[in-house]
Amino acid sequence: MRLITHNMLSCNIKGVTNGFPLKIEAEKVVEKEVDFNPDFLRHMFAKIEWKALVEAARSMGYAELPEDSPDATVIDSADETFLRKLHHALLELHLEEGALVCPETGRKFPVNKGIPNMLLHEDEV
Amino acid sequence: MSSRPEFLAPPEIFYDDSEARKYTSSSRIVEIQARLSERALELLALPEDDVPRFLLDIGCGSGLSGETISENGHQWIGLDISASMLNVAVEREVEGDLLLGDMGQGLGFRAGVIDGAISISAVQWLCNADKSSHEPRLRLKAFFGSLYRCLSRGARAVFQVYPESIAQRELILRQALQAGFGGGLVVDYPHSTKKRKEFLVLTCGSVPTSINDGHKEGDSDDDDDDSEEEENGMVCVSDRSRPRKKQRTNKKGKGREWVLRKKEQSRRKGNDVPADSKYTARKRKSRF
Repeated sequence: MRLITHNMLSCNIKGVTNGFPLKIEAEKVVEKEVDFNPDFLRHMFAKIEWKALVEAARSMGYAELPEDSPDATVIDSADETFLRKLHHALLELHLEEGALVCPETGRKFPVNKGIPNMLLHEDEV
Repeated sequence: MSSRPEFLAPPEIFYDDSEARKYTSSSRIVEIQARLSERALELLALPEDDVPRFLLDIGCGSGLSGETISENGHQWIGLDISASMLNVAVEREVEGDLLLGDMGQGLGFRAGVIDGAISISAVQWLCNADKSSHEPRLRLKAFFGSLYRCLSRGARAVFQVYPESIAQRELILRQALQAGFGGGLVVDYPHSTKKRKEFLVLTCGSVPTSINDGHKEGDSDDDDDDSEEEENGMVCVSDRSRPRKKQRTNKKGKGREWVLRKKEQSRRKGNDVPADSKYTARKRKSRF
């Protein structure tokens, strides 16, 4: 699972009001190279929760992202160093083994072979 | 025609390891899936500005439909309930992210982040109650409700479905409209029983997504909307702004005025109606 997916994913248990962001417990992280596309990153930037992304990247062992959300000028500028970092964090880091933990209930969603198991038990629906 | 897989077992059991492998190694199925996903993407009408979008593939299975999305240059997340199918997808090294999840439990995504959703031959599975806790209506409601939330404004969702009966199609459509979607059914090859394919095309919010060639926003907006839908051959079943049913009764019942009006209406039609008197529309005594 990539961090772009993690950034969209929230806990879906019934009654949970603040199921975002899921905490990452990483056991194995792999990197896969993906083609760099600045247009896509600019398009997605508005939708990304910056704090959650920085935290998630940290827990995966990647600390290059700045703490504060950069403003639009950095995104639109021709200088691609920042976009490259964003690209790496969003699309190239894969959580292969580990778990996602709901911030409210502490429920663990295991991640195996890069696939998070988001199935809920019957009493959680 | 072979029997429908939905009748045999729930999806997470039907698509076991061997079935998942069979499914993906059949060149016929692969070809059909590719064609269906191609058509679904076309109906999704994403803006043609070469910017990759972030899409959702619901019931992605072994990633056959996801491959088509990747070929078109978009990023995607795939959701499926069958772990075996997802394992095949991992082996095939699909480009999207995969999630093991049940769409009938609702989708756990933040609001407004997804640019579009497709689903190939999956939604009809929701109409079956495979466990005692399953209620198709509620599962459809949870699914469409959560999908509506996570789609961005103006985004579309296209579902290729094989409804078993008219009632089932109605059920799916009604739940989608109740969740707030606008849109309707597109039928390809309506006269062929074998080739006939149904696509449910839903729009989230009213912003037309396919108009991106610099149309000015203004009073002609509504007309644009209609013509666009006609171009796509869309049949509007009903839309979300339909008038609500009037409140039929209040606490006291319908009242004398209402009865008199109805009687007058009936008289005008030439029916035989009892004359009005002081007893008209009076409530019976409880001991009657």
